[in-house]
Amino acid sequence: MANKLIVTAAPHITSEDTTQKIMQRVSLALMPTLIASVIIFGINALILTAVTVIACVVFEYLYCKLVGREVCISDFSAVVTGILLAFNLPATLPWWMAIVGAFVAIVVVKQLFGGLGYNFANPAIVGRIALALGFASKMSSYPLPANSVDAFSSATPLAVVGQAGSESYVTLLLGQHGGVLGETCAITLIIGGLYLIWTKVISPIIPVTYLATVAVLSVLAGQDPIYQLLSGGLILGAFFMATDYVTSPTTNKGKLVFGIGLGVITCGIRFFGTMNEGVSFAILLMNLVVPYIEVLTRQDRLGIAKVKKTKEGAAK
Amino acid sequence: MSKFLKRSAQGAGVPHHKRTSDLETVVMPVPSKIVLSMGQHIGAPAAPTVAKGDQVYVGTVVGKAGGFVSADIHSGVSGTVSEITTITAPNGAKQTAVVIIPDGEQKVDPAIAPPQVTDLKSFQDAVRASGLVGLGGAGFPTAVKLAPKNLDEIDTLLINGAECEPYITSDNRCFIEDTHHVLAGIKAVMKYLEIPKCIIGIEGNKPEAIAKMRAAIDVAGIEVKELPCRYPQGAEKVLIENCTGREVPFPGLPSDVGVIVMNVTSVAFVSKYMETGMPLVTKRLTVDGDIVKEPKNVEVIIGTPIQELLDFCGGLTDEPGKVLYGGPMMGTCVADLEQPILKNNNAVLAFSKALAHTPKMSNCIHCGRCVNACPLGLAAKDIVQAYNKGNVELLQELNADLCMSCGTCSFVCPAKRPLAPSIALAKILMKNGGKK
Repeated sequence: MANKLIVTAAPHITSEDTTQKIMQRVSLALMPTLIASVIIFGINALILTAVTVIACVVFEYLYCKLVGREVCISDFSAVVTGILLAFNLPATLPWWMAIVGAFVAIVVVKQLFGGLGYNFANPAIVGRIALALGFASKMSSYPLPANSVDAFSSATPLAVVGQAGSESYVTLLLGQHGGVLGETCAITLIIGGLYLIWTKVISPIIPVTYLATVAVLSVLAGQDPIYQLLSGGLILGAFFMATDYVTSPTTNKGKLVFGIGLGVITCGIRFFGTMNEGVSFAILLMNLVVPYIEVLTRQDRLGIAKVKKTKEGAAK
Repeated sequence: MSKFLKRSAQGAGVPHHKRTSDLETVVMPVPSKIVLSMGQHIGAPAAPTVAKGDQVYVGTVVGKAGGFVSADIHSGVSGTVSEITTITAPNGAKQTAVVIIPDGEQKVDPAIAPPQVTDLKSFQDAVRASGLVGLGGAGFPTAVKLAPKNLDEIDTLLINGAECEPYITSDNRCFIEDTHHVLAGIKAVMKYLEIPKCIIGIEGNKPEAIAKMRAAIDVAGIEVKELPCRYPQGAEKVLIENCTGREVPFPGLPSDVGVIVMNVTSVAFVSKYMETGMPLVTKRLTVDGDIVKEPKNVEVIIGTPIQELLDFCGGLTDEPGKVLYGGPMMGTCVADLEQPILKNNNAVLAFSKALAHTPKMSNCIHCGRCVNACPLGLAAKDIVQAYNKGNVELLQELNADLCMSCGTCSFVCPAKRPLAPSIALAKILMKNGGKK
């Protein structure tokens, strides 16, 4: 009896939050957009998502088994990567290409660098970029909505705004336009993003500063800011890809810098580059400088700043 | 907004579990023996002044303070010293202890009389003689705290009634049951130390305590501040910042920013001692936990073995997994139930094996919860990484030695990483100059 008591260091309780719960919430937050993509692009969207999710989980499992690392597919992080990767693919992409993307994301970007928490960049973003560079034509042939415009025609009487050929705001919000699976329907993405903020899975700082920076720069560049915000992968990127814990700063200050940097690079690519989409590259580039942002944006420690100042003062 | 960018210091939303908050304190009868450790405070241990076979009474000095930063130890029973022995404290240190077998008569030592307090010096002497140490948990000798070098610069007395640890309600009961003594103690400290202002900080989850104190205050200069229920409100530096807006410099003491912080039970005891002259021999404790049959607030004689205290609370309903001195955030595990109650204990918690289970840890996902929760603005994940690499220079840059082990980082970590204990190891590494 006397020796049976457990002795550990404090604290003796932990919060209800677990990595698994967080990843499950992210998956849940992506569901409305998945449903929207199935409505917009047809059953192919669902099949493609299933393919990437299964491929990601299987690759994670196999790699961990291969190198003798503890299998942690139950943490749902591979599921999130799979969904995000699918959301970055056009519904018409051949399955085997999607599986290649999953391999790049899980094995090359995540596991080769040490597994969950050690990847230098967002796996899904790099998977998308690898596919976009390797299979350029397949990746950029955006299918038009499968169920034709009729289903929503009554909802899109608004005049076409912005540049010639651009979609109306309502079309952009509902996602009734060409594009990859998960970036067309802005409304469901915003609902998912707000759910993550509400459940404190993500902080609003990165999405808000990212979107605000793009809006401000669009106005300065003479572009239609609302069009810029709602088109391309910006909303998906801002709420779900840029907020990936592993590859974004932890402090409020760092998040602010990160969000502004993302906005600047995105607009730079969109307005001046030859590519029409800048979100993926903006996130990848900012991912790479996160370690530096982290060091430069540390929080003030209570009672430390004052002492340092007096010390420096004394030295001078 | 500036705070938002400077330091988020969100703290943690720990569960309250304060089901004993409405339970009036019951007095536990004299136990079969008491074990008085000579190290119940921060500083030098006391030296035993009694020998085997000596007759002692309630209030008799059995250990004399071993230096300036130390405190006397008194017997809480009348009886016979059965042995002077060595016990292993929960932190692993060996401590001399005086074991007394009570005779059940509870005869008071004839020397006990209310102290003659007329000025600062006699007030400080009285507090020193009372054996009082910080009863919030730290156990810092109060007499030392009440003799700061810059007494003329002290303008605020802060009473710590945050009681931010889950389960514990003994300070709450102190406010409710000893309202008069809390106020009288505050007035005494303010009078003799010539401190013009007093703020009583109480977390908002103790509405009865707040209402009772507010109603009782009858002089200007004393106010009750309702604190948000975010752990760790009761951490000294956090309390000072929240109540006065001042940042205690590091390294430094509250007195450096003109503040003296006292726990509510400590200040109430000062008043009781001045009335009766009975030194610190009993303590109000919360006894709770999922396997305690009858959770209670108990006034117990210091030195009572934990087993007897648990028996007084109806015993345990299941085999214990963990038994703690103090709360679940900062409390210490006891290795066996023969361990005695110490002066600075404010709770004994017993948990089943299921609740004592340590969750499995997984990889750090850099979510930043530890960084944004830390009340002091430390980056736990970076400190632990620097510790694992043995990088003392980086540990210094990250101010790892500022950590007060409140456990907030470990609590909020979704990967269940033992961040707080790792930082404690990092502090030792820094102290040893890089040698593990």
